[in-house]
Amino acid sequence: MSIGFWLLQSLNALALGGLLFLLSSGFSLIFGLMRVANLSHGAYFMLGAYVGLSVLQAGFGFIEAIFAAGIVIAVLGGLIERFLLRRLANRTLAQVLVTLGLAFAIADICLMLWSGDPMQLPAPRWLSQPIRAFGFVFPGYRVFVVEVSIVVAVLLWLLIERTKLGAMVRASVDDIQMARGVGIPAQKLFSFIFCLGAALAGMGGVLGGPILSVYPGLDGEMLPLALVVVILGGIGSIGGAFVGAYITGFVYTFGQTLLPAFSYVILFLPMIVILAFRPSGLFGKSAP
Amino acid sequence: MTSNTRITSISVTLLVLALAAPLVAGQPFYINIGSQVLIAAIFAMSLNILVGYGGMTSIGHAAYLGTSAYVVALLTLQHGFGFYAASAVALGVVVVMAAIFGAIALRGTGITFLMITLALGQTMWGVAFRWSDVTGGDNGLPDIKRPDLFGLNLVEPGLFYAVMIALFVIALVGMWIFTQSGLGLSLQGTRDQPRRMGMLGHHVWLVRWIAFIIAGFWAGVAGIAFIGYHGYIHPLSLGLANSAEVLLMVIAGGAGTLLGPVVGAAIVVVLKMVVSAYVSRWVLLLGCTFVAIVILLPEGVVPGLERLLKALLPETRDDGEASS
Repeated sequence: MSIGFWLLQSLNALALGGLLFLLSSGFSLIFGLMRVANLSHGAYFMLGAYVGLSVLQAGFGFIEAIFAAGIVIAVLGGLIERFLLRRLANRTLAQVLVTLGLAFAIADICLMLWSGDPMQLPAPRWLSQPIRAFGFVFPGYRVFVVEVSIVVAVLLWLLIERTKLGAMVRASVDDIQMARGVGIPAQKLFSFIFCLGAALAGMGGVLGGPILSVYPGLDGEMLPLALVVVILGGIGSIGGAFVGAYITGFVYTFGQTLLPAFSYVILFLPMIVILAFRPSGLFGKSAP
Repeated sequence: MTSNTRITSISVTLLVLALAAPLVAGQPFYINIGSQVLIAAIFAMSLNILVGYGGMTSIGHAAYLGTSAYVVALLTLQHGFGFYAASAVALGVVVVMAAIFGAIALRGTGITFLMITLALGQTMWGVAFRWSDVTGGDNGLPDIKRPDLFGLNLVEPGLFYAVMIALFVIALVGMWIFTQSGLGLSLQGTRDQPRRMGMLGHHVWLVRWIAFIIAGFWAGVAGIAFIGYHGYIHPLSLGLANSAEVLLMVIAGGAGTLLGPVVGAAIVVVLKMVVSAYVSRWVLLLGCTFVAIVILLPEGVVPGLERLLKALLPETRDDGEASS
């Protein structure tokens, strides 16, 4: 195994980390704010990839596909939040179980509409030019994914840390009753964050399509990864999701290369260490 | 006779009738459905220890059934074990696994616990799916032979069903004893008032951990029955859909009641059978049923029926309120 191999695997790990960040940042925000572990998040990711595929097949460009998927999944998420989750307000477990049921329904509808064959989303040519650096050749598309995830991370960070909206979100994460008490419109905030998180997952699906391809069962593979990221990084923390996503990306990629049969088991080692020593996650605040 | 004892006698009568029904119908088709319901019922009862009595919602319970079935399959197919010896090893493996996974999952409570169990369950699915040299990967492991019992060949559906009835009754009685035992009562205490139980000197974590192991053990028993019935195991049996299915049984029937998971198992197994005969959209229906049950019937069928029966059967010292 040459240095080139390790560099390439590292880039793969970074790209997977980027995708996981898009998936789990939304999950983490929703969980932090609403205390709902949205178990259909993996299904959003998969459905986003399928929607993106259809948009591409209809002759549109890759960027259009990303945004179309984001919008479709955001609308779907908004409907679910408005008509199902809101009816079950303050019943966290029921909400989680509803999202679990929906995950199955969405996955089966995807199977019905897009058949069971694995399909690869073609990466646009202008993004997949190989990049030469330090005497090695890197697949350009993966570099693009890493860049996108960093841009999104910075934007999310700015949104949460530097805007009034973000301040309201942070206040609600810390103490929802106090936040309501001082007049923060928590319900609207829930809807917004839920749509935002759903959109990020859907866009992540399209972005991941050329790397992971899309197939039935993708949802069930991505969801545990998102859970691991959030448990690692700490609930409701963008920074935690970022660090957790890249750790998970590296552990999973190298696990898959070196010990393919046990890549899932290896994935859980960092989670177990974190749970043993810091149950609230790397960046999480200890439970109230 | 108080209404409670009358409800108990009605329940027992109905249960006996339900157990006898497949035998009366006589055809192997119905008897096999009966066996499947009983296996699912044992599985659901084991999850009910966590979800119902412990208030710990696990979405990774299929891992224990599946691992136990895989161990039996591997040992009988590749290492020359007999079915019963393999089953004993499988139970040992599942107990150790539940002890380890329980120690990890119980680092979290509530939704975090749920997330960790889901992730751990998917790990086992990943191992079964990816470690194809040993587990056969996506092909699964076929051709595990049903064993003989006391010289009787269990391939005969009626005999297998009889064994399942025996196993089910043992599980049911065991579950009843558990709920009445000190451990079972303190588990229910930790569900309702964890802090107070801690104050009273109960070791909340330890009680939950032991309950987790017992639940894993009984899921392992269900796994042995499962592999005995189907003779085939596939990674899907450890997967998220199967974990959700058994959770649906518990919730639909009534979590935290003795017979709830049994009724839930019967409903889900029969529903799946009927639906699969016409369309191949079971997963869609599973998802939609889940949503409908959680929103419309959150307490489950059995507590609903119980309330109905109590209303219909006023106690003999009628105080006028029971019938209202």
